[in-house]
Amino acid sequence: MPTSDKKKQAVVTDYNLPDERGHFGPYGGLFVGETLMESIEELNEAYAKYMQDPEFLAELDADLHDYVGRPSPIYHAARLSKETGGAQIYLKREDLNHTGAHKINNTIGQALLAKRMGKTRIIAETGAGQHGVATATVAARLGLECVIYMGAEDIQRQSPNVYRMKLLGAKVVAVTSGSQTLKDALNEALRDWVTNIDNTYYIIGTVAGPHPYPAMVRDFQTIIGRESREQMMAKTGRLPDALVACVGGGSNAIGLFHPFIEDEAVSIYGVEAAGLGIETGQHSAPLCAGKPGVLHGNRTYLMADENGEIIETHSISAGLDYPGVGPEHSWLKDIGRADYVNINDDEALAAFHQLTRVEGIIPALESSHAIAYATKLAKTMNKDETILVCLSGRGDKDIFTIAKLEGIEL
Amino acid sequence: MSRLDKCFKALKESKQKALVPFITAGDPNADFTLSCMHDMVKAGASIIELGVPFSDPMADGPVIQQASERALANGMSLKGVIEIVRAFRETDQITPVILMGYLNPIEFMGYETFASTAAQAGVDGVLTVDIPPEESADLIAAYDQHGIAPIFLLSPTSNESRIKKVSAVAKGYIYYVSLKGVTGAGHLELDDIETKIQEIKGLTPLPIAIGFGVKNADIAANIAKIGDAVVVGSALINCITDHSDNEAQGQEAIAGLLSEMRTAMDAVTQ
Repeated sequence: MPTSDKKKQAVVTDYNLPDERGHFGPYGGLFVGETLMESIEELNEAYAKYMQDPEFLAELDADLHDYVGRPSPIYHAARLSKETGGAQIYLKREDLNHTGAHKINNTIGQALLAKRMGKTRIIAETGAGQHGVATATVAARLGLECVIYMGAEDIQRQSPNVYRMKLLGAKVVAVTSGSQTLKDALNEALRDWVTNIDNTYYIIGTVAGPHPYPAMVRDFQTIIGRESREQMMAKTGRLPDALVACVGGGSNAIGLFHPFIEDEAVSIYGVEAAGLGIETGQHSAPLCAGKPGVLHGNRTYLMADENGEIIETHSISAGLDYPGVGPEHSWLKDIGRADYVNINDDEALAAFHQLTRVEGIIPALESSHAIAYATKLAKTMNKDETILVCLSGRGDKDIFTIAKLEGIEL
Repeated sequence: MSRLDKCFKALKESKQKALVPFITAGDPNADFTLSCMHDMVKAGASIIELGVPFSDPMADGPVIQQASERALANGMSLKGVIEIVRAFRETDQITPVILMGYLNPIEFMGYETFASTAAQAGVDGVLTVDIPPEESADLIAAYDQHGIAPIFLLSPTSNESRIKKVSAVAKGYIYYVSLKGVTGAGHLELDDIETKIQEIKGLTPLPIAIGFGVKNADIAANIAKIGDAVVVGSALINCITDHSDNEAQGQEAIAGLLSEMRTAMDAVTQ
């Protein structure tokens, strides 16, 4: 198949967003109540200061190397590529990080920042529990008090991660308001923050929230893309032809995409969760099927009803089950630099089994969405072309969900 | 002169402070809200704040969250809230009505459509919790076009530069959040509030309403000594939930609490 089949994406030069108030075009920004403004200004200043501080950056680098285990390797999934037919599929192995996902790249950075700011208490929201575990982990290591907010529904669905967080010394608070899932956990964490702003640092787990979170979380996650550039050059002698990553809030995706935005030859694909199918309305795909609005501190594509009330989302993967998306993805969509596509529950599940079977790698259900799309895309490309997929997390946490779906009792 | 300005002028002449009840529109239903609004005016309310229910009320404590959930479950929406105000205005053209809520329902309706529909129905001001002045230019332009006052919050953590930023764009009054945290929480430190209100008064001529944590007539009277308006919300909603099996009794309880507050406030100012 000729490469000309691929839809041409927009060429971007001198990309330097967000602006100083956190805007990516009309998206992003700072939409919070007055009570939080001072804390956010304080965070903004601290973040700007420490990202220029050689000592802070050296400590972060050392932690990423010695504690997280970076750089994570890139692996050529030769058997998967052969079975698929078409482009060569490479995997960026974020699943091999300490705690099993990319989430720790961010929590380690923000926790170091919290410590520099003199905060003694860390709070976070979590959906699947991966960000909660990554937060509880760094809090344990730095000796900080840690409270994790988690929807009561999710606590039921993800009990192994709840136990992990407790082992790590975190207090896990069940959120029973609203739909009792990730968005409600975020609401509750914001309520805690506004009540305890003097000693508390809020580690948001994705590239959403008020400015500076979308930019800050991205900057901590771009280690994924920066390593990938060098590793792909070393391995294949050139940049990949396409990047593929799953998008819930979109932190692993932006971490991979951002260092490639100005590379015209690299196509970018973000994969949303189509759940039971976009046409059913039971999905988590705001970029594919939502419209812009304001939630959790920023303007972005959202899933809401005609009155602007946020609606419940569905995905087989708890980590993608969120009605919003990072504002930078909204901008990359609008300007045509990235394509946002979707993969449904069944396709993700099939990809989960395929990767496990042919490569001996059990992927997280979130990452399985990216694998599924990569195999679709590969079929439209030549054998000598390459696709780099962010394998954002490992699937150990999902085996109970999958066993249950398949009627197997563990 | 706007209804809000007239209201504060009349109160000044009678040496009274504004009593501002907040209830969530549509909790438990629209008829109750409308009837309760008239009752609250009879009981001494000066301005009414109507909460616009939202699926994700991030700045609210459990009492108002649950009120929001009940209202949404009963089909209330931003459009529905505006219709309640329109019905209220059929018999009350004097009492100012402020809508208080979150930005997303307004984004979805569109700023211009919202401002024109709300103004035409008789809404006097809008307080949107999750939009600071920095992001408000387009929204304020739409409000200006239709004579709606943008109401903004200040908090114990607002420094001088933030107070100036807020007072440069606010109209009607400024709502001072008297404690760190969410609605319905905690315990008020009157001395701290008084110090902060003095600072704010030095930087803006607008009336200052004080809310969050006003639970009974004693607190209302103490707050009336400090600010120009006293906002009470969660305590009224508790009256509704305490009598969830009997709406009429809930409404009576609300009117009763407001009357006590009115009397206690007047006793310290007149």
